[in-house]
Amino acid sequence: MKRSVFGGLAVLALLAVAGGAAFFYAPAERTMGLIQRIFYLHAPSGMTALVAFLICFIGNLGYVFSRKEHWDWLGVSSAEVGLVFCSVVLVTGPIWAHPVWGVWWAWDARLTLTAVLWLLYVSYLLLRTLTEEPGRRALASAVYGIFAFLDVPLVYMSIRWWRTQHPQPVVFGGRGSGLEPRMRLAMFVFWAALLALMTFLIWLRYRLEALRASAAAVRREAE
Amino acid sequence: MKNLSSVFAAYLLGWAIFFGYCVSVGVRLRSLGDEIERLKKQLKSK
Repeated sequence: MKRSVFGGLAVLALLAVAGGAAFFYAPAERTMGLIQRIFYLHAPSGMTALVAFLICFIGNLGYVFSRKEHWDWLGVSSAEVGLVFCSVVLVTGPIWAHPVWGVWWAWDARLTLTAVLWLLYVSYLLLRTLTEEPGRRALASAVYGIFAFLDVPLVYMSIRWWRTQHPQPVVFGGRGSGLEPRMRLAMFVFWAALLALMTFLIWLRYRLEALRASAAAVRREAE
Repeated sequence: MKNLSSVFAAYLLGWAIFFGYCVSVGVRLRSLGDEIERLKKQLKSK
């Protein structure tokens, strides 16, 4: 309990610093103005979601090869947390897009593949509710999760491979792309804070899975 | 301050999603902890 309170407070402090960097340190963008500041929450949330799905993929592979339940716990925990970050991306994106593009949504490659990603991981969690037997549930969701992960590189590369309504990459975009140095620093500070939040949430959710397993063992003993 | 309400809405909804999820995990952790305690007491009384 104490560890989770301290962890939560540390993450909150980091998020406060990130908020300060996004609103007070980073300069205003010349053409978009204030609305561009949504970028500091939107883009790092997207990158954090992809990292969480990568951890889920590692958990899924780990379970398929070892059949040890802690890999399954890692898989489901990171899938759920990744979905939370992906939801933030899908909520904040249209709020930015409406005043900038004049429409809430465009069916371009990046947006569509991100919506598909969200649906794939919702399905991952739904699939887990279909079977009660822990071993079968873990194996079925691990195999499904490995296939679901195929969308992650597509989401990442979509703005590099195809011409999209979504802006072209401004970080890790290669030559000709990039951010003003203070904007870049603010974005990386925000990303670091969100990665800390992701780690904290996965740890909490993993504890929940471990507790579920203990509860099941005590229940069996009681019956 | 053009678009202030949009920026406010984006950050408010973003934090609400994170906070809501945190609370949901906390509630699930507490209810499972309570259930384990109850089951352990039940086992002891047998």
